[in-house]
Amino acid sequence: MLIRKTSGIRSSEITSQSIFNQRREFLKSGIYAFAGLAMPDLALALADKPGKLKPIANLHPSKYRVDAEVTDYKWITTYNNFTEFGHGKSTPAKTARKFKTRPWTVEVDGECEKPGKIDIEEILSSFTQEERIYRFRCVEAWSMVVPWVGFPLGDLLKQFKPTSKAKYVVFETLHDPKRMPNQRYDGLDWPYREGLRMDEAMHPLTILSTGLYGEILPNQNGAPLRLVVPWKYGFKSIKSIVKISFSEKQPPTTWNGKAPDEYGFFANVNPKVDHPRWSQAKHRVLGGGIFSGREKTRMFNGYADEVASLYRGMNLKNNF
Amino acid sequence: MRVANKNIVIGKLLLFLLCLVPALLLLWDALQQQLGANPVEALLHRSGDWSIRLLLITLAITPLRKLTARGWLLRYRRMLGLFAFFYALLHFTVYLWLDRGLSWMEISVDILERPYITLGFVAFLILLALAVTSTRGMMRRLGKHWSALHQWVYAAGLFGVIHFLWLVKADYREPGLYMAIFIILMLFRAGSFKKRLQRAFSSDALRKLSSILRCYTSENA
Repeated sequence: MLIRKTSGIRSSEITSQSIFNQRREFLKSGIYAFAGLAMPDLALALADKPGKLKPIANLHPSKYRVDAEVTDYKWITTYNNFTEFGHGKSTPAKTARKFKTRPWTVEVDGECEKPGKIDIEEILSSFTQEERIYRFRCVEAWSMVVPWVGFPLGDLLKQFKPTSKAKYVVFETLHDPKRMPNQRYDGLDWPYREGLRMDEAMHPLTILSTGLYGEILPNQNGAPLRLVVPWKYGFKSIKSIVKISFSEKQPPTTWNGKAPDEYGFFANVNPKVDHPRWSQAKHRVLGGGIFSGREKTRMFNGYADEVASLYRGMNLKNNF
Repeated sequence: MRVANKNIVIGKLLLFLLCLVPALLLLWDALQQQLGANPVEALLHRSGDWSIRLLLITLAITPLRKLTARGWLLRYRRMLGLFAFFYALLHFTVYLWLDRGLSWMEISVDILERPYITLGFVAFLILLALAVTSTRGMMRRLGKHWSALHQWVYAAGLFGVIHFLWLVKADYREPGLYMAIFIILMLFRAGSFKKRLQRAFSSDALRKLSSILRCYTSENA
């Protein structure tokens, strides 16, 4: 058999990926520097686009994409509630910059037949990574439209074979004050804990997110792995997960424990049930500018068709 | 200590410009679109912060004047108080217009049903009344009632700080600091405490302290 040489290019002549990227960065920074002389804002806007983090391999589109303008990358990555990295919306983007997310394993235990550990690289390679464009509604009455990358939480849970006793799924954020500086101070009861009812956890809209804008998650957005439950207030979507447990009982959760009258276990987006201190009827869509005004909040954040059946017959005012 | 009128006028001009700086920075950031993802919130928070800060500075004038025996400090108090009101007005306007879109239904529900907004609103009304009656003419017309009316500034300070404390989710550091400063400023006004501190900081004590310091530095020279 004749093996034909495909080209006359020696492998030493091929530019490696990293050098190629370095050149791209160099060219880009040159362009920004030039633009920066004339228009500092433009330079800032360009630098705040994705392109600095590793792209997600084999990214698949999905049918879950809301028909709304996606929020700018720079707003999604500079306006974060991630108390482990400090209070204030813009703090996590600065203080989480050096946070190391490798190596990273997630431990799964509790009411299941096959407890064990799973590595983040395995999570990235063995589950189909989809782009899901979801509305994200914070309990503080603001919202974004976020192009998450992730996969159904249920796909991962099934691997560990939950038993019939598994009624709830419990999540825990990393607890390491050396790496998450604000955990040295109080403010919240560390580690951050969240929970879902089994049927909520298995719902196809519920995802574990590994990325944003086609790239791995920026640290301030909950790298390397976070929960996203688009019909619930944002605080349910726990970040930087290291532990998942199956439980027979409803678990204690962080914000619910801190102020039970303000943050419910279910925390479904509901314009008719106000937060004791502010109205939930409307929210501000971020990135709209000073004169953009507020929009009406929809039941289950606009996902009522998909999830309302989970709560049939339940009093949503009492179980807020 | 007496200070010439000319110096007071220059001082007032400088203070006026200084008090305007936060507003100018806010305007600059707004025009440059540097207020972040939630510019309305940034405007609300920054105007509110400066209102409380200036109100606390206003409340610090009397204790400072007594501790340092610098009577002329009193002559800057009205301007500081009026700037506290100015930032409160900015804060309230941003809330009514940019945050609530002049939806009077929502605004009245907020004011009636949400305690932190109720308190903030009451604090604003007090500052409004004090600002309106801050002129020399009003002082004359109100006579002895004027100082009684202006005692309400303490309530405005307290309500303003509680307004901030009650809206916070978990980070109580900044409003906590303001509450601590407010309490200290109130303690100065509580009789015995005031006298003790006054004695401690009397010009005699200061003179002694400075002579001790001078000896110490000359020995080491």
